[in-house]
Amino acid sequence: MKKILAAPAAIAAALALALTGCASEGTTGGDASGLKIDVPDIPMIEKLGDNEKEVNILAWSGFVEPEWSDAFTADTGCVVNRKIFATSDEAVQLMRTGEYDLVSASGDASLRLIVDGNVQPLNTDLIPNFSDDIVPGMKGQLYDTLNGNVYGIPIGRGANILEYNSEVVTETPDSWSVVWEKDSPYAGKIAAYDSPIYIADAAIYLMKHQPDLGIENPYALDQDQLKAATDLLKQQNAMVSEYWSPATNISSFTGGNSVVGTSWEVLRKATQDEKFKSVLPQEGSTGWSDAWMLATDSESPNCAYAWMDYTSAPEVNGAIAMNFGMAPANGAFCDTSDEAKAHCEYYNATDEEYFKQVWFWTTPIDQCLDGRTDVKCTNYQDWTNAWATVKG
Amino acid sequence: MSTSTDRARKPRPISTALYRHPKGRLASLLTLPMVWLIGVYIFSLAMLLVTAFWTTDPFTSRVKPGFTLDNFTQLATVSAYSMTALRTLGIAVAVTLICALFAIPLAVFMSQVAGPRLRALLAVLVTLPLWAGYLVKVIGMRLVWTENGFFNWALEPLGIHGPGLGVLTVTLTLVYLWFPYMAIPVYAAVAQIPPNLFDASSDLGARGFRTIRTIVTPLLLPSLIAGSIFTFSLSLGDYIAAMYVGGSTQMIGSIIAQNINLNPPLAAAFSFVPIVLVIIYLGAVRRTGALNNL
Repeated sequence: MKKILAAPAAIAAALALALTGCASEGTTGGDASGLKIDVPDIPMIEKLGDNEKEVNILAWSGFVEPEWSDAFTADTGCVVNRKIFATSDEAVQLMRTGEYDLVSASGDASLRLIVDGNVQPLNTDLIPNFSDDIVPGMKGQLYDTLNGNVYGIPIGRGANILEYNSEVVTETPDSWSVVWEKDSPYAGKIAAYDSPIYIADAAIYLMKHQPDLGIENPYALDQDQLKAATDLLKQQNAMVSEYWSPATNISSFTGGNSVVGTSWEVLRKATQDEKFKSVLPQEGSTGWSDAWMLATDSESPNCAYAWMDYTSAPEVNGAIAMNFGMAPANGAFCDTSDEAKAHCEYYNATDEEYFKQVWFWTTPIDQCLDGRTDVKCTNYQDWTNAWATVKG
Repeated sequence: MSTSTDRARKPRPISTALYRHPKGRLASLLTLPMVWLIGVYIFSLAMLLVTAFWTTDPFTSRVKPGFTLDNFTQLATVSAYSMTALRTLGIAVAVTLICALFAIPLAVFMSQVAGPRLRALLAVLVTLPLWAGYLVKVIGMRLVWTENGFFNWALEPLGIHGPGLGVLTVTLTLVYLWFPYMAIPVYAAVAQIPPNLFDASSDLGARGFRTIRTIVTPLLLPSLIAGSIFTFSLSLGDYIAAMYVGGSTQMIGSIIAQNINLNPPLAAAFSFVPIVLVIIYLGAVRRTGALNNL
């Protein structure tokens, strides 16, 4: 696969060189965890040139707003063109059209983009704001750093929390068992996330409660482990009130159909009702971490680098995080005001202990991400197929 | 007078050429619609269906041309897929039957009983749902059927509790969405039935429902079939209703939507299912001869 992909990548790289007039060299190397994934050899940019006229950005809703992009245009002369996507899968498809320079990729999209050669490694020396202020938990993660190369500049992160209606669930649940075990008192009122990636949530529960399955990483499941997770999801299916999408989550809780289940902090807040509370159960949880990634054949790499630097500054990064409702990547933001401090505390921005319990979304691939080499793991397509059988 | 003869004498090469060449006439008439039909509609549909035989790179989810029947084998062997296909078929049939059941008496009432003002009012009410956006209607239905929603709020005092989100609410929502597509052709057909047939029927002693069964329904068959093609095929392809009011209900469209980015070949293979079902249905309808009357 590497050879086939390397050819177009090399052409693209040559094109990028011609455009920017920069010297560069190929990069290879091993990852700290020992995991080695074949990645097309794409050189990083060594030196910046003059800004182009515009930059085309693919972003989650709320990441690129005039509030901060207008000032960027005034500073750099780069006009920001924004395209919003709704799911990671859509982002991957759009990024492959070659029409975009930057994408705000979540961990379940980034690996696909890196391995397919859609994005290029980044030269962090050219991004001064990618500094020690970036919280340690968002640097060097598998989904944006591969074979020693940085592919993503972190934007923010969050955990998928257990939301519950405190009028019905009167005692704070400290375990996910209320959504998984078949004797759950809330059977029929349980909300579940409608995506194959939700299989990882079942895997996290099994990690703690069925240790003999040997799950080390919820995104590295062999056939047997995937089957165990799928069986747990099928058991849950009988008790599920609704498989939610961001569009239906809020009214599922406020409408009374669901009283407990996985959710996002930003959605819980949007209910605007204090009776809906959230907790990170003892088993830990899944979560998401987003990063800017630069297209291999970007036509405006200088503007793109400028944008990545600009949005990594404490104030701008914080504005994005507050707008979206997540923990900012730049920890320095938390000291800029009382409001910022409150936001950081609420989202546990600098609390690495909190995020140690969070398994950030990652694309499951054939190679086991936990480092096992004696077995083939299940990939995301296997997960998608398994997910259809869960819902029957 | 003289000006018109002048105009008649003026050479009009295009008209003349078209008059002389009937084939050219036909071509100029049909080129545009055919380009649209074949180039835009059939070609893109064929491209989509061809991918059903292709494969996907499991990691990057990039589609690779090739030939495999694996996607179709999966449809037949994975019980979740065949169950979903059957469930969707059941929902589509139920939606069609319920729509027909409501449409016939309503059409008879509108054309034979109601006065002109009431008839106009009913016509507006029937078509009213078409005035709002699709998503607005589905989300409106969601507000009706949730636990704290309108239905339970209104009927709780009577001790009636709603069905909760599931197959039943999906069916009812689809009935609400597609009812105008059944009611309008049926009403148009009923309005064309000569009133003396109703008189004759009642002279011979038939009451309301017997008249509907023995006089109206046979005359309505073509319009019922026209309406049912809409309600049946639209229900087969829907997935938004399942998403918003289905709870944990999965339909064919849900699986296609889930796979369209991750595994387009499987999604394409699955999109054969509603096409085949509609073709079978149309074939059966053709045998009844009802299509000749459309």
